[in-house]
Amino acid sequence: MSNRDNGRPETGAFFPRDRGWHPPAFTPSYKTSVLRSPQKALLSLDGTISEITGPVFGHSMLGELDNDLIHNFAKPGESAIGERIIVHGRVLDERGRAVPGALLEFWQANAGGRYRHKKESYLAALDPNFGGCGRTITDENGYYCFRTIKPGPYPWPNGVNDWRPAHIHFSIFGHGFAQRLITQMYFEGDPMIWKCPIVGTIPDRRAIEQLIAPLDWANTIPMDARAYKFDIVLRGRRSTFFENRPEGN
Amino acid sequence: MVQDLGYLKETASQTAGPYVHIGLTPNFCGIPGIYESDLGSAMVNDKTRGERVTVTGRVIDGAGVPLKDALVEIWQADAAGLYNSPSERRGTADPNFTGWGRCPTGAEDGVFTFKTVKPGRVPVSDGRLMAPHITFWIVARGINLGLHTRMYFPDEPAANAEDPLLCRIEHRHRAETLVAGGTAPNYLFDIHLQGEKETVFLDI
Repeated sequence: MSNRDNGRPETGAFFPRDRGWHPPAFTPSYKTSVLRSPQKALLSLDGTISEITGPVFGHSMLGELDNDLIHNFAKPGESAIGERIIVHGRVLDERGRAVPGALLEFWQANAGGRYRHKKESYLAALDPNFGGCGRTITDENGYYCFRTIKPGPYPWPNGVNDWRPAHIHFSIFGHGFAQRLITQMYFEGDPMIWKCPIVGTIPDRRAIEQLIAPLDWANTIPMDARAYKFDIVLRGRRSTFFENRPEGN
Repeated sequence: MVQDLGYLKETASQTAGPYVHIGLTPNFCGIPGIYESDLGSAMVNDKTRGERVTVTGRVIDGAGVPLKDALVEIWQADAAGLYNSPSERRGTADPNFTGWGRCPTGAEDGVFTFKTVKPGRVPVSDGRLMAPHITFWIVARGINLGLHTRMYFPDEPAANAEDPLLCRIEHRHRAETLVAGGTAPNYLFDIHLQGEKETVFLDI
């Protein structure tokens, strides 16, 4: 746990979300958002115990291959086809403190851009040795890593000729339900990033750049797999200066 | 100039997309064998304390059509009003209750179902009690940032009337969007993303 006082878990409310940094709900160039975006203002609420707390998952739930997408769906002795990569990084909070015990779940298309999902109709072939999902839990320093193949770009019915850049979806649990986050990781140098209407829902270029994982040459394993580094920042917690004051903080 | 506060920026959200089930409920979407079971599919067991309830509902778009590709997560206190979380300092929650559930809206009918227990009341920081409630988080294709809301119970009118959150809703008729329908033990909670019946969503 992220400890500050006598090893006890922190219980402060989370920093307010900067909703000018996140994508707004209504982003018409991403067409599905038009009918799925609330039109009324959100009701603001300082975090109560219902949002400050959240489920925390133990490492014991993980299977041996949960963070190895090259092998976790493959037949014995076989492996997924594609560019072998390692994705690794740290989960931090806005104060720069490590978030240990964070559950990360990821999913992606195969090397040809094809998802293993019955609603997917793209003509690129499935890889019989690739399922497309994995998970891991950060260690005491907030560190995680997993092995996969680099996903391909794929077309989608939005504009006439819209293609998603290569990306991996991430779902992250911190220590409080208010930190719950789903995002997408993109790859350094991909020219498709700047054409994508989903990337374009994010108003601030710096926020987009924070989603682009650089090629990490230092951690590339010779004759095996290249590495990409992707750090994730969750909401920080307010210090609980006067937590026990009967009249409240 | 002054000192730099030095805070990092939160990683920006992106939509979960239409294939969120591959990652979060792979068994549900026909990818067996990677995980034993889908995470969050069972919240209770035989030993869980409290009144068993079932919560079903749909997530409905601005054209009145239920989403069949949404994913809903809930988080709640146990029957005694304690959260199964390391940040819970008021006591120890029921070890046979996770407090957290995850359910896709069904591919056929767009319905989500949670088998859980009715939560106890929990206080806000000044000590006032909130009415029993379940926190909801909704993601889907077309939703750029996960939506937080709460479900309250229709058979708790007195507690609901003094709930600090419900009392803050300026347009009183909108408070009703957070109160489930149905009767114990089967509650119905439809979430309207947009339009006349739009659910109150929270910035928490």
